[in-house]
Amino acid sequence: MLAIYKRELKSYFQSMVGCVFIAFLMAFTGIYFVAYNLSAGYPYFSYTLSGSLIVFIVGIPLITMRSFSEERKNKTDQMLLTAPVSLGQIVIGKYLAMITVIAIPNLIFCLYPMIIQSQGIAYLKVDYISIAVFFLLGCVYAAIGMFLSALTESQIIAFISTFGILLVLYLWDGILSMLPGSAVSGLVGVLVILSVIAFYIYHMTDNIVLAGGIGIVGIIAGAVVYFVKSDLYENLLSNLLGRLALADVFTDITSNSIVDVTGIVLYLSIIAVFAFLTVQAIQKRRWS
Amino acid sequence: MIEVRNLVKKYGNHLAVDHLDFTIEAGRIYGFLGPNGAGKSTTMNIMTGYLGATEGEVLIDGHDILKEPEEAKRHIGYLPEQPPLYMDMTVREYLEFAAELKRIPRSKREESITEVEKLVKIHDVEERLIKNLSKGYRQRVGLAQAVLGFPEIIILDEPSVGLDPKQIIEIRELIRKLSKKHTVILSSHILAEVREVCDHILIISKGRLVASDTPENLEKMLGDADTVEIEAHADPSEIRAVLKHVPGIEQVTVASGEDGVTLAKIREKRGEDIRERIFQAFAARDIPLLTLRLEHVSLEDVFMELTQKDTVPDAFSRRKKKDGDEAKREEEDENAGNL
Repeated sequence: MLAIYKRELKSYFQSMVGCVFIAFLMAFTGIYFVAYNLSAGYPYFSYTLSGSLIVFIVGIPLITMRSFSEERKNKTDQMLLTAPVSLGQIVIGKYLAMITVIAIPNLIFCLYPMIIQSQGIAYLKVDYISIAVFFLLGCVYAAIGMFLSALTESQIIAFISTFGILLVLYLWDGILSMLPGSAVSGLVGVLVILSVIAFYIYHMTDNIVLAGGIGIVGIIAGAVVYFVKSDLYENLLSNLLGRLALADVFTDITSNSIVDVTGIVLYLSIIAVFAFLTVQAIQKRRWS
Repeated sequence: MIEVRNLVKKYGNHLAVDHLDFTIEAGRIYGFLGPNGAGKSTTMNIMTGYLGATEGEVLIDGHDILKEPEEAKRHIGYLPEQPPLYMDMTVREYLEFAAELKRIPRSKREESITEVEKLVKIHDVEERLIKNLSKGYRQRVGLAQAVLGFPEIIILDEPSVGLDPKQIIEIRELIRKLSKKHTVILSSHILAEVREVCDHILIISKGRLVASDTPENLEKMLGDADTVEIEAHADPSEIRAVLKHVPGIEQVTVASGEDGVTLAKIREKRGEDIRERIFQAFAARDIPLLTLRLEHVSLEDVFMELTQKDTVPDAFSRRKKKDGDEAKREEEDENAGNL
C-alpha cells in the first residue's frame, strides 16, 4: 500500500497535474483573499474559501481522472493485481495519494487566518473548521472521481463525467427548487429512484431475481405507505434529494457559522461508499 | 507446485478456456503452445490472479489463488503479454517500486535489484526513463520485474515477442539459467522456441488442452506410424507388385519421376520397422533401390495435427478418454466418501 501511495504521489508531481492543481487553487484563493480580506477588510477567511469551491469542480477531476483509467489502458494494472497486495490496499493507496495532493493547498490556507489576525480581529475557529470541511469536501469529490475513473479506460471520459457530476452537485440547490412538492410527485420520485437502484443492482450482479425482488418489494412498500399515510410524501423529494447538495454543509459554515455534524458524517460515509464501489467496479471487471 | 483443476473462463457466450486440467511440477520449464487466440494468455492471467475463473480452481503451492490471493501471489513472478511499465519512471525507480510492491525486505532490496539488473543486462540503462527505451529493453525491464525477488514460479507470456534474434537467444539462455532454481512457464505460438527451451509442452487449442508431454514423447506418439520413402529404377506397377508381398505395410503411394525412376511413399503399420524387408524384397527381384529413407513425424506435424483439425488424433483421444474415465471414477469415489 505504501509503495503504491509513494509512486502515485511522485507521479502527480512528475506529471505536473499535482502542481497545476495546487497552483490553480492557490492563485484563485489568493485573488479572493486580497480582494475580500485585505482590500475590503472582511475578517472571515471562510467566506473567501467559499469562492474557491468552483476550483474544486475543475481541479478534482483533473487529479482523479487518471488514477485507474490510465493503469487499465497501459495494462499496468496487471502488475498491481498480480502482486501480493489486496485490491482494497491498492484503492486506499491511490486514494491517500489523491487526498495528500488536495491537503497541500489546504495546509497553506491555514496561514491566511493568521495573516488576518496580524491585521486585527480574526475568527479563527470558524476559519479553521471551514478549511477542514473544505478539505473533507475535496475528499468526497475525489472519491466520486476515483470511482468514475475505475469505470472507464479513457481519462477524458473520466474527467468529463466527474466534472459533470460535480457541477450538477454544485448547482443542486437551483435544480431542487424546480421540483414539485405534492405527495403524488413524491411517490413518483421514490418509484423512479427505486427502479434506478434495481436496475443498477441488476447491472452489477446480473441477478434478475435479486434486482427484480428488491424493485418490486420497494415499489409495493412505497405504494402501501402512500395509501396509509400520504402526507409523508409531501416535500419528500426535495428533503431527500436535498441531502445530495453536498456543498451545503460547507456553505452553512462559511455563510452562517453553523457546523452540521451529521453533514460531516455524511461526507465520511460517502467517501467510504465510493471507495467500496471502486473496489467492486474493479472486481467486476476481473470476473466478466 | 501449481494445480489447475477444471478451469473454465467464459466471456459472455464465448468459451475462452474450456475445462483445463493440468499440474505443474517444480524445477522444470513448461511451454504453453497454441495458435493465436487459443486461450494461453487468459489461462496465464487466471493462474496469476489477474482474472477470475468462471469455474474451477488454481492452487499455487496449495494456496487457492482466489481464496488466499496474497499468499499465492507471493510465489509468482509474472510478465504479461504487454510488459506493465510506467513510462514516466526510470528503470531503477520502477524496479524499486516493484520490489516494494512484492514486499522484499528493505535491507535486501538494493541488492536484489542490482542482481536482477545484471541478470537481464539492463544495468547500464538504469537511470533512463522507460519511455525512452527500445522495445527489446522494455521487454527486459518487464522480465526483470517478473524475476525480482526470485519467486519460485516465473510465468512469462510470449517473452520473446518483438526481440531481435540475438536478444531471443539471450532470453532463452536466461530462461534456462532461471530453470535451475525456479519453475518457469512460458507461452508462445512459435514452435521452435518452445521445443528449444521447454522440458514439457502443453498444447492448447480453442481453450482445451489437447496434449501434454515432453517434446520427444509428443514426436514419438505420432512417430509410431512412420513413412518410408524409396526411389527405384522400375515402373510404378512393378513396385506395387514387389511391395504387395511385404508384410507390415499400411498404405503405398507411388509417383513416377524422371528417367524411369519411381518414387514411393510407404506408411508402415504402428511399431514395425519394414526397411529391411523392403530391401530384401527388391534385392530378390534384382531391382536396385536408389533411396531408402525413414521419415520421422516432427513436432510441427504434431502441432498442426492437434491444432488445425477439429478431430483429435486417436492416440490422444484414447488417452483423453482414459483420463476422463479416471476422473469420473475419482468423482464417484468422492461421492461415496461423502455418503
